[in-house]
Amino acid sequence: MSDNFMPSAVEIMRFMPEIILILVGTIIMVFEPLVDVKRKSALGFVALLGLVGAASATFRAMDNPGPAFQAMLMVDGFANFFRLLVIGVGILTIVASFAYLKREHAESGEYFALILFSIAGQGVMVTANELIMLFIGLEISSIASYVLAGYLRDDKRNNEAALKYFLLGSFATAFLLYGVAWIYGATGTTNLTEIRRVLTNRDLAPAIGLVGTSAALIFVGLAFKVSAAPFQVWAPDVYQGAPAPVSAFLSAGPKAAAFAIFLRVFFTAFEPIADKWQPVIWVSALATMIIGNFAALLQTNIKRLLAYSSIAHAGYVMVAIATHSQIGAAAVMFYMVAYAFMNIGAFAVVTHFSRQGERYVDTDDLAGLGVRQPVTAALLSIFLLSLIGVPLTGGFFGKFYIFKAALDANLVWLTVLGLLNSAVAAYYYLRIIVVMYFREPGESTVDLQPLSPGVLAVLWGSAVATLILGIYPSIVLDFAGKSAALVK
Amino acid sequence: MPTTVPLTWYLILSAILFGLGVAGFLFRRNIITVFMSIELMLNAVNLSFISFSYKWRQVDGHIFSFFVMVVAAAEAAVGLAIILTVFKNRSTLAIDEVNSLKN
Repeated sequence: MSDNFMPSAVEIMRFMPEIILILVGTIIMVFEPLVDVKRKSALGFVALLGLVGAASATFRAMDNPGPAFQAMLMVDGFANFFRLLVIGVGILTIVASFAYLKREHAESGEYFALILFSIAGQGVMVTANELIMLFIGLEISSIASYVLAGYLRDDKRNNEAALKYFLLGSFATAFLLYGVAWIYGATGTTNLTEIRRVLTNRDLAPAIGLVGTSAALIFVGLAFKVSAAPFQVWAPDVYQGAPAPVSAFLSAGPKAAAFAIFLRVFFTAFEPIADKWQPVIWVSALATMIIGNFAALLQTNIKRLLAYSSIAHAGYVMVAIATHSQIGAAAVMFYMVAYAFMNIGAFAVVTHFSRQGERYVDTDDLAGLGVRQPVTAALLSIFLLSLIGVPLTGGFFGKFYIFKAALDANLVWLTVLGLLNSAVAAYYYLRIIVVMYFREPGESTVDLQPLSPGVLAVLWGSAVATLILGIYPSIVLDFAGKSAALVK
Repeated sequence: MPTTVPLTWYLILSAILFGLGVAGFLFRRNIITVFMSIELMLNAVNLSFISFSYKWRQVDGHIFSFFVMVVAAAEAAVGLAIILTVFKNRSTLAIDEVNSLKN
């Protein structure tokens, strides 16, 4: 470690996306009281500008990869990949939120600022090369998300979602932190590459029990964040209770960032004890898939159904992590992109369809949507087919690469059970399509307004992205493959 | 006779405090108490950080504990605000009664 603590210009350039996000978020907060109540959505456009600025700063950072701030951050292709993903999620969420906020009479600058802060936290998470930095990023992201989940203060469901998210989230973070403390005690460092160096060195390596316990504690914390079994209980309540666009955000952004640090921590720092953690991930992946899919079969609330489906998808991604291979890491990266688009698309339809106070959130309420709004129904069908994993959609290649990586790693049983699970999943997604097209329209579709421009843009954008990923997966996959080598 | 308290005692104390925090989180029924249990867990972690910092003769662990304190304070601010809105809408702080989300 050098004695010179002044960061160089190049280091600041590498951290520029987060700087921009925090600055723009703060500016929005400062000017929020000065903006007329009717024109609060202008602040949303400022937030969008901030996100675009952060994305272009990420592209600048790509030209000059490397560590920053005493190697506390590692700004490599892997980090920039996930940065762009979470920024993209933020853009889609904000665009889908305008009509929702107006409808609920809850337009304010804080909403947009909180999304920016949360994304800045996720940016710190995915670039973190050090456990304390990772913890701070996680908390910046989480604290903003807790508020977002309870954004409509007078709505009981929002309150409950925020409370459960907050209590269980901080509980999990405490476990993560205790794991960090023990790994610091065992190795004397919190830097991921240093930890690996100590663990591989025969003379320095601490007792395996100690390292294993720390790894287990960190696993508990991270499994909570990605909603992997047995720590998935919060997800259905939170996704059901939170405002629909926020659920979209939570299921795509923070989750992608959490999977990124999952990969970094377990593939870099705990790589020397891979044979110890692999079976744990194996069991967790299987349990997550089974719980998610079978519980989703029973759901009638569409937000809750999507929450269980998101648990099931976390299970598939865990399969890729269990492979402990470079193509597994690339499969995780590809899947998170495909998943973000299809899931945000599906939640955007819910945002549109649920109407004021989110009254219509039952799967049966969608009856006749294919007649009343054929375009909305068709786009939702694309997302649902992609969630099933039908060819020509991004979801297909996502699953394909995951299970291919699993087969290459000789995880035959996990692959077989995973594929059986996706067959089960097809039932509850197809049921929604059947309800939309083959049921007579009920009173729930009578006062349905046309799609707002924002939701329409998000739906078309996500649908086109889903199809492009299903036809030319190499666009994302090549980049993922190259970056995945960096987490080793 | 050792002249100072051995390091392991601090670690055991920290583990006990952490365990009490976990037990409080799982078994207490009042939201504020549950929240206090989480704070107890974080402070147990801080004690571990300080002890390990002493073990390695490094200042890093001290700094980590400051970060943890800052984060815990931010979390408390948001958490108490959330608890307040729950109380305002339901007039109860019993965690079992906050259960309207289900099918």
